[in-house]
Amino acid sequence: MKDWMTWVLIAIVVVGAIVVYLSSTAGRLDRLHHRIETAFAALDAQLVRRSAAAQDVASSGFLDPASSLLLSSAAQGTLVANPLEPQVRAAAESELTRAINAVFDDPEVVDEIREEAHPDEVLADQLLSELALACRRTELARRFHNDVVRSCTQLRRKRVSLWFRLAGHTPMPTTIDFDDTPPAVLSEL
Amino acid sequence: MRVGIVCPYDWGTPGGVQVHVRDLAVALQRLGHTVSVLAPAETGTELPDYVVSSGGSIALAYNGSKAKVSFGPRAARRVRRWLREGDFDVLHIHEPMAPSVSILSCWAARGPLVATWHSSMDRSRALSAMYPIAQTALEKVSARIAVSEAARQTLVEHMGGDAVLIPNGVDTSAFGTLPALDGWPGSGGALFFIGRIDEPRKGLQILLEALPEIIRAHPQVRLLIAGPGDVDEFSASLPEDVLAHVTFLGLVSEEEKIRAFVSADLYIAPNTGGESFGIVLLEAMASGTPVVASDIEAFARVLEDGDAGALFRNEDSADLAQVINELLDDEGRRADLATAGLERAREFDWQTVAARIVDVYESVTVTGERVTEDLRGQVIGRLSRRSSDRDEVEL
Repeated sequence: MKDWMTWVLIAIVVVGAIVVYLSSTAGRLDRLHHRIETAFAALDAQLVRRSAAAQDVASSGFLDPASSLLLSSAAQGTLVANPLEPQVRAAAESELTRAINAVFDDPEVVDEIREEAHPDEVLADQLLSELALACRRTELARRFHNDVVRSCTQLRRKRVSLWFRLAGHTPMPTTIDFDDTPPAVLSEL
Repeated sequence: MRVGIVCPYDWGTPGGVQVHVRDLAVALQRLGHTVSVLAPAETGTELPDYVVSSGGSIALAYNGSKAKVSFGPRAARRVRRWLREGDFDVLHIHEPMAPSVSILSCWAARGPLVATWHSSMDRSRALSAMYPIAQTALEKVSARIAVSEAARQTLVEHMGGDAVLIPNGVDTSAFGTLPALDGWPGSGGALFFIGRIDEPRKGLQILLEALPEIIRAHPQVRLLIAGPGDVDEFSASLPEDVLAHVTFLGLVSEEEKIRAFVSADLYIAPNTGGESFGIVLLEAMASGTPVVASDIEAFARVLEDGDAGALFRNEDSADLAQVINELLDDEGRRADLATAGLERAREFDWQTVAARIVDVYESVTVTGERVTEDLRGQVIGRLSRRSSDRDEVEL
């Protein structure tokens, strides 16, 4: 009789421990999925901001027409790219980065823009620093997003998550990869 | 923005993390943000108005050094109350794995969390008992910052994460504002060393070995030494002819330190290793004093491989003597290095560093989510959060 009760007790403790472990892992996954959503929203906001800033610089009239056209069409490209197709969007964002890099390739371009803007140098500075800021924050936001995606995939690949389907029906998150390196001239602003 | 900063170590004890938190808090306030710092502090410690005490602290051996930390249910309750009353847009936790209010706030908060790693950790410690706790901390933090490459490596190699590298800032505004010490630097050439005189890693011995050769070329040269340690015992070990060129200041106040930096033609940093970052180099550079430093990795990086200050082969006193002699003879090059040094020091200024940290804050708070109490794990709390989540949906 006693023997029997001991075994039942042990079984209850073991099952209880497993349940607690599974529930806490599911909780961790839930939290990570939530954080991926916020990180993605943050990245999305920075990207929109970057496009707008690039468009503002392009239409300021302080750039030569060729640069303006290049920058403007790349910025438009990111705005019309279908957000539901991540690869299309990433390609458009890379394209914008390339356009920004091409326009700000020359270290003297900032001085030239200021000269062209005269007597509105303050406005030119505002536009440029907004673009520089948006570029810097895009870089950060993409990194933070991919960091949490990696934490999440690591946990989801664990056997316990797979066997017990702890992630439910949430699709496997993927990192977002595009070129976001701003030109040296802008990162110094 | 309302920023909550958590400092794990006792506010009244001097230390790198505390200085970092203090300077960051001041710089953020100058940029117009509202800052509240939570840190352990003994009752009676004088606290700036932006610091909230998490209670008294206990001295504990942690990661190879003694640290004064606070933990336990009382500290945990204070953390939660501070979080509720602070209503922060972003919570910035320093040294998130320190067994103190840092880890407590990591567990107690949810929302935009930023964490800064200061020290590096060896593999066994990082992976051992800490691992599950560290993992949870890592998963809750939205953005990770490391102050040095060594600290970043700890994260990358042992914990499978990455961090943005934002180095320490140096509040350089105070340096170069006070006059030189009386009678310094003089015309015969003056050198300055600061650091513990009896700690081999600081490399004073290497400088003293180089001194006879420097005296041969510059008979009037003088060496100013500041830093704690037993001066009597130390000077007894030096030969008479070297000792005649040396002046000991002992442990100096902040004001004396600022004056000492401009009292020399060259600042010498012969450290042989173990430095993760050369704050003292930046202080010299901000004072407008050219720097001669050993070519250890951290120093080479701060000095831009010799562009912002001269480097000599680490632990090579003959090379050090040669570099110093050449510079003492070349006033033009000293002036060039001083100018380059000032410029480089400005890059590390706290205003610049704080602006980069604000970039991080902005990129995690853009969704408008705020820092709230994490009630997960507390049964009653969980129920109340459920209902508050529902409220959010209705809005």
